[in-house]
Amino acid sequence: MREQQEGSRAVARVVARCRPAVVPAYPITPQTHIVEGLGLMVRAGELSPCRFLTVESEFAAMSAAIGASAVGTRTYTATASQGLLYMAEPLFNASGLGLPIVLTVANRAIGAPINIWNDHSDAMSMRDCGWVQLYAIDNQHAVDLHVQAFALAERISVPVMVCVDGFVLTHASEPIDVPDQDVVDAVLPDIRPRQRLDPAEPVTIGAMVGPEAFTEVRYLAQLDLLRALSEFPAVVAQLGAHTGREVGPVTRFGPESARTVVIALGSVCGTIRAVLEDGVDTDGVDGDGLGDVALLALTMYRPFPSAAIRAAVGDAERVIVLERAFAPGAGGIVTADVRGALTGRDLPLHTVVAGLGGRPITEAALRELFARARRDDLPDVQFLDLDERSVHAARTSGASS
Amino acid sequence: MTATPIKFYQVGSRAVGNRLLPAELRTEQSSPDRSNALTSGHRACQGCGEALAARYVLDAAVRATSGRLITVNATGCLEVFSTPYPESAWQLPWMHSLFANAPSVASGVAAALAAQGRSDIRVLAQGGDGASVDIGLACLSGMFERDDDVLYVCYDNEAYMNTGVQRSGATPPFARTATTEALGPEPGASPGQGKDLARIAMAHEIAYVATATVAELHDLERKVRRAMQLRGARYLHVLSPCPLGWGTASHDTVRLARLAHRSGLFPIYEAIGGEVVDVLPIRDRVPVDEYLRPQRRYAHLFGDPPRPDLVARVQQLADRNVARFARWEGAGA
Repeated sequence: MREQQEGSRAVARVVARCRPAVVPAYPITPQTHIVEGLGLMVRAGELSPCRFLTVESEFAAMSAAIGASAVGTRTYTATASQGLLYMAEPLFNASGLGLPIVLTVANRAIGAPINIWNDHSDAMSMRDCGWVQLYAIDNQHAVDLHVQAFALAERISVPVMVCVDGFVLTHASEPIDVPDQDVVDAVLPDIRPRQRLDPAEPVTIGAMVGPEAFTEVRYLAQLDLLRALSEFPAVVAQLGAHTGREVGPVTRFGPESARTVVIALGSVCGTIRAVLEDGVDTDGVDGDGLGDVALLALTMYRPFPSAAIRAAVGDAERVIVLERAFAPGAGGIVTADVRGALTGRDLPLHTVVAGLGGRPITEAALRELFARARRDDLPDVQFLDLDERSVHAARTSGASS
Repeated sequence: MTATPIKFYQVGSRAVGNRLLPAELRTEQSSPDRSNALTSGHRACQGCGEALAARYVLDAAVRATSGRLITVNATGCLEVFSTPYPESAWQLPWMHSLFANAPSVASGVAAALAAQGRSDIRVLAQGGDGASVDIGLACLSGMFERDDDVLYVCYDNEAYMNTGVQRSGATPPFARTATTEALGPEPGASPGQGKDLARIAMAHEIAYVATATVAELHDLERKVRRAMQLRGARYLHVLSPCPLGWGTASHDTVRLARLAHRSGLFPIYEAIGGEVVDVLPIRDRVPVDEYLRPQRRYAHLFGDPPRPDLVARVQQLADRNVARFARWEGAGA
C-alpha cells in the first residue's frame, strides 16, 4: 500500500521488515533519520530481539557489524560522506571476510570544503572496496533495493551497499509502498551464514595469508562478487512477483532508435526521464531533439554490468555519462568503466560532471546538454552549469577558494 | 663440549605445576585437561610473554565458561604468530578483523549473541598495548561506556613489537625503541606519563578492572575467573615481557615480570566499579635498578657515563605507585 512518507522513514521501515538482529548506529547527515527510525522501533519493542548499538564512530559501527555478522546474524547500518570514508578500513575487511552486511549510504559530498549536500563522491571513492553497490533511482526503488540487498548479500556472502541520494531522496516525502512483512519474509528466508563463530564448531576467521595464497583468496572473492550479476536479477524478479515492480541492473528508458544514450546513476535519472518525456509529449514536436535521446539508469555499479550496458547501448552513436562525482586529475569515474564495457565500439564518449555538492541539475541544463549533443558540440569532459565568471575571478585573484 | 648444569627448581606455591597443592588450589595450567586454547606449534619468539599470557588467560577463561567462549583478536604479534594461513593455533572460535577495532567487533559479537538468545556464550577480546592504548582506544572506550558484555585483555609489552619495536603510548620513560633511540640528554622514550590504560578503564567505572603479570599465575587465573563471573564491560591488563623488544634473555621473561611488580613499577590490583578493592602486596621490594639493569632497552642508563639521575627518576615513579596503592594492599584477602 502506498503511503505518503519520508524516504528515510520508508527505508527504516523496510529494513525493520528485513528483521536485522544487530544495528550499530552512528549519526551523520543526511543518513540520521534512518537509524533514528530503527532505534525508535527497537526501543518500542517492535523489532525484538534486534540490538541497537549506539557506537562512537562509523569505524566502530562497521566493526561491530563485522562482529555481529561473523556470529551469523543479519546486520545492518547506515552512513554517508565522511562517515563512509571513516569506515573505509572495515569496509574492505567486511568484504574480504565475505560477511553479508547491508549498508545504506545516503550519498553526500566529501570535504574539504565541508558540504552536507548530495553527490556521489562518497560511494564512488569506495567503489573498489569489494562490496556490491546499488543506486536508487527514487524512494520506491530505494525501499525495494533494501529487501533485494539482504537477499543478494546472503545468497552470495558478499556485503551490499545501497546508495540513496542524500536529501533529494532521504528527505523527500512521496507515496511509497513498503512491502508487507509476509512479502519480505517470502523473499528473505532466515539467514544461513557460510561460516560463523560458534563454540560448538570452532573456526579461525581472519587468518594471515601470504603470497602463496593471497591471489587465490582475492580471485575467489572476485568470483563471489561477480555472482551478483546473475543473482541480482533473480532477487529483483522474486520481489517483483509480489510487488509488480522490477528494476534490473541496467534499465533503458526512451526510444529504441535513439542515437544518443545518457548513462546515469541515482535520482538524477528521474530528472532526465522527466526531460525526455516532456520533450516528446507536450506538443508532439521534437524541437529539442529529445526524441533522439535514451537513458540508461545503472542500478548496479559494482559488480559492473558490462554486458548489460553493451547490449543496452545497442546501436547508439554517442554516449554521455552523467557523473555525480569525478576522479580529480583524471576525469569521469563511471566513464572509465563504460569505456571498458564498450571496448571495440568506435563511438564518442562524453563525461558530464554534474550536481556536485548538491548543485541542482536543472531540466534547462539537461535540455541544453542534449541540444549540444545533437550538434556534436560536446567536449570530452565538462562540468555542467559551471559558473565560469567566478572561476575566472578566483583564478585571476590568485585565491583558490 | 659445554655442559648445561641441571637446575632443581623449588616448587613453591606460586609455581605452575605444583602437585603438592590440593587439586582445587592448583592452577588451570597444571591441569592435564586444560583446553590449550592457544596450542603449541605457533611462531612466537622463544620466551614470548604475550604467548604465555594469552595461553594462561584463555585456558582459564575457557574453564570459567565451560568452553562457551568466542575470542576476537586485534592485529599484532599474537594474531600474526598464531594464524599463518593455512595454520591456526587456536582451539576455540577466534576472529581477527583489524588493528584498531577488536573492542567494537567484540561488541558486535556480544550483541549478536544476545539477539540470538545465546548470552551463555561469552566474549573475550585481546590485543597488544599498541592496539589497546593507542589506535584502538576510542573503540575500547566506547565498549566500556556502553558496558557491553566483553572482557578485553591487553597484553602489554610496552611497544609496537610486531612492527619492529617502536614506541607506543605504553612505552615507559627512557626505554630505547626504534623510534626513541638512546641519544640526547634524555635518551630513550620521553619521560611523560604514558597512558595508564587500567586507570583509564577505571575512570569508566566498569564492572571490573585488573592488572596482572605472567609471573603471578594464580593471581592471573583468579582474575580471569572473577572477570568471567561478572557481566558487562571488563578489562584485564597483563604485563607481558618481550625478549626481542626489551633486549632480555628468553628465559628471563617470568623473572622480569616479577621484578616489574617487586620494584613497584607495575602495581598489581583489581577494581570493581571503578574503585580499587585489592592490591597484591609486594614481597621483598627491590630498587628499580634490579629490574632495569638486565634489559638492553635501558642499557644507556648503565653505560659510560651511567645515568643514575634518570634511574632515580624511574625510582620516583615506582615510589609514587607504591604510595598510590599501598592502602589497599591485601585488602581483598
